[in-house]
Amino acid sequence: MAAALVLVLVVVGSILFHVLSPWWWPPIASNWGYIDNTLIITFWITGAVFSAVVLFLAYCVWRFRHKDGQKAAYEPESKKLESWLTIATAVGVAAMLAPGLYVWSQFVTVPEDATDIEVVGQQWQWNYRLPGADGKLGKADNRLVTFENPLGINPEDPAGQDDLVIEAGELHLPVGKPVRMLLRSIDVLHDFYVPEFRAKMDLVPGMVTYFWFTPTRTGTFEVLCAELCGTGHGYMRGTVLVDTEEDYQAWLEEQTTFAELAGARKLAAGKP
Amino acid sequence: MVDATPRADDIIPPAEVPELELYHPKSWWTTYVFSQDAKVIAIQYAGTAIAIGLVALVLSWLMRLQLGFPGTFSFITPEAYYQFVTMHGMIMVIYLLTALFLGGFGNYLIPLMVGARDMVFPYVNMLSYWVYLLAVLVLVASFFASGGPTGAGWTLYPPQAILSGTPGGQSWGIILMLVSLIIFIIGFTMGGLNYVVTVIQGRTRGMTLMRMPLTVWGIFTATVMALLAFPALFVACVMMLFDRVLGTSFFMPALVEMGQQLSYGGGSPILFQHLFWFFGHPEVYIVALPAFGIVSDLISTHARKNIFGYRMMVWAIVVIGALSFIVWAHHMYVSGMHPWFGFFFATTTLIIAIPTAIKVYNWVLTLWRGDIHLTVPMLFALAFIVTFVNGGLTGLFLGNVVVDVPLSDTMFVVAHFHMVMGVAPILVIFGAIYHWYPKMTGRMLDERMGRFHFWVTFVGAYAIFFPMHYVGLVGVPRRYPELGDSAFIPASVHDLNAFITIAALIVGFAQMVFLFNIFWSLRHGKEAGPNPWRATSLEWQTPTTPPPHGNWGDERPVVYRWAYDYSVPDAPQDFIPQNDPWPQKVPAARQA
Repeated sequence: MAAALVLVLVVVGSILFHVLSPWWWPPIASNWGYIDNTLIITFWITGAVFSAVVLFLAYCVWRFRHKDGQKAAYEPESKKLESWLTIATAVGVAAMLAPGLYVWSQFVTVPEDATDIEVVGQQWQWNYRLPGADGKLGKADNRLVTFENPLGINPEDPAGQDDLVIEAGELHLPVGKPVRMLLRSIDVLHDFYVPEFRAKMDLVPGMVTYFWFTPTRTGTFEVLCAELCGTGHGYMRGTVLVDTEEDYQAWLEEQTTFAELAGARKLAAGKP
Repeated sequence: MVDATPRADDIIPPAEVPELELYHPKSWWTTYVFSQDAKVIAIQYAGTAIAIGLVALVLSWLMRLQLGFPGTFSFITPEAYYQFVTMHGMIMVIYLLTALFLGGFGNYLIPLMVGARDMVFPYVNMLSYWVYLLAVLVLVASFFASGGPTGAGWTLYPPQAILSGTPGGQSWGIILMLVSLIIFIIGFTMGGLNYVVTVIQGRTRGMTLMRMPLTVWGIFTATVMALLAFPALFVACVMMLFDRVLGTSFFMPALVEMGQQLSYGGGSPILFQHLFWFFGHPEVYIVALPAFGIVSDLISTHARKNIFGYRMMVWAIVVIGALSFIVWAHHMYVSGMHPWFGFFFATTTLIIAIPTAIKVYNWVLTLWRGDIHLTVPMLFALAFIVTFVNGGLTGLFLGNVVVDVPLSDTMFVVAHFHMVMGVAPILVIFGAIYHWYPKMTGRMLDERMGRFHFWVTFVGAYAIFFPMHYVGLVGVPRRYPELGDSAFIPASVHDLNAFITIAALIVGFAQMVFLFNIFWSLRHGKEAGPNPWRATSLEWQTPTTPPPHGNWGDERPVVYRWAYDYSVPDAPQDFIPQNDPWPQKVPAARQA
């Protein structure tokens, strides 16, 4: 009796917890509302299955609990029932997979007009690089990383001279414009994670990874590292500000190019 | 129709080979310590696994104390926190769950359930345990080495695992971890070959494959998988050890550490992840399949009803085992691998839900129109179904590539895998210990302590891990020693964390009741007799309880039926043992 009751309470309690919980994702700030929708579809389907299975379990425990003289039925299998259950499960799985794959195809298709923004992770700070007036990022290599050149930008590549370098600073993005985040690491794995953007991706040393999104509202958002990167992992935070176009342009004006940075650091270090 | 009851023309073939002589122990040492008896080896495996598991349990308390009350315990530095996380995960997955299910239950149950006198290679079986013990000792040594154990996370992802920014990365921690894993895999291979060959070659007459209890099917399939999956981890460990010690660059690209250019170059960190998860995903099922098998037998026995859809259950085990080798990269959706892999791995991952769901339906349908005895093993089996269904369903979130993107690397993942491969299999382990303890010792475990242990463990574990999913939904990343004061994390999340910690401490202490019960019942438990649960499978039909070395006395049993003849119409009792020729008068074996 108690067992059946507890099973019912598990279902009721879980549903109440879900409905009444103040713990839910932060309001979205990107175009990935589809991801939230797929998640909600999944909640409905899985919630229904969980409730159905556990309530049926509770019913069996209550209805067929041992009493004197009771004997169980003998029924080795039922092809018909097993086939129907298999088909119903397959349909449910397809109902979750189909929207999932549809949204994933959007996730992996970067729009033509997306602006490239580079994120460079290192233990334990976030650096960024934006293309300069030419709209292109210069080549980079971890072998070239020095004090004067913290992001390892290739000085031989003319496309890199006007790149804007933001070392451990804040990143600004214009609202409503798609951006492709190119991700690079100069030491270990990191993961560029802004909960409100929903999308995230690992930074892997030795390769460039990417994801894209469109910021949909202005505001200040926290960047966290979501891939264990050593002792400072939990403290590797940054800030992204989504600006209106005017604010964004004003901010761009204040940034330092690679050429300026390298020159200034060489002077400071007393090198020719 | 299922290969169930014997028919008139069902002649059991005569034995084709004479019995082999077993090694007879000559001293106390060869009887109890360097024993070649699978049952003694099983207890050695189980005792060692539970002992090291207790270490991991204490580590989880320390982690939860830090997460629930950050800043209160000054000795839990971020370094220490990562060391606790890493060792907790690695010990629980490899040294406890894998070792206990395969080395513990596999050794005890396979020979008894298939009617063998012992494993087919008893000497190698003995070595397997001692090599496992060595692996555990090397692991324990890393706690005392300078720099402490590794804090790289149980996934040991390079490059950080072998660099100085990670605890143990440039000291002994990571080296001892890798060496311990290598030793573990060597030891496991010795045991694993034994389990597989014993199931294939050691079955008694009449024990066809489709008459084996699902426990044997689960452990057998899991062992085959482990023999195929562990080599991937083995080579990954060797390669990382070379990277760390010899300066090779298998997993190490050109990189700059704390302003210093390192001499590595050209390696791929993602290669390690592929190798790790090619092992790591099957590993989930290496732990789950024995649990599936055992829980099937617990439900059938204690509901006095045949398992529903036995053939489907066997095929589901085999299909899940096979499919689990082509889903591994669902752990890597945001790793930076080519994003198109997402389509393939999401599809395979969700397909695996179908045979898994069939298993759940069949467990529940076994209870339908059963005669359910709510014994302690049955309670644990019911709790397993609840937690496994819960954890399995959240797997559909994480397996569906695009839904995984916001949730990956958050506490949602931690809640999911603890529910599905932590709590669920451990509930089965408890159920199995309450179920088979009478066979191992001749005495029952105390029922009242058992019920107390059950209710606190089940309700408590659910209270720990169900709310944890919502911490992840908020967006809290995993592997953070503290949350700080992020704007997107409401203050109430800290209260929820404190609640989870208190629940974890309570559940942890309830395990002490279980341990006490195990020792107390050795002397004071009720006499069990040979078959206290009135079960059909062969281990309950031994002439002596606990069974001695060689198991069967003068003659091995002959099997006439499957393991699930409960409540057969017209039968004299509500169970017919596998070695009972009913309704034939003359045993078929004697006719041959």
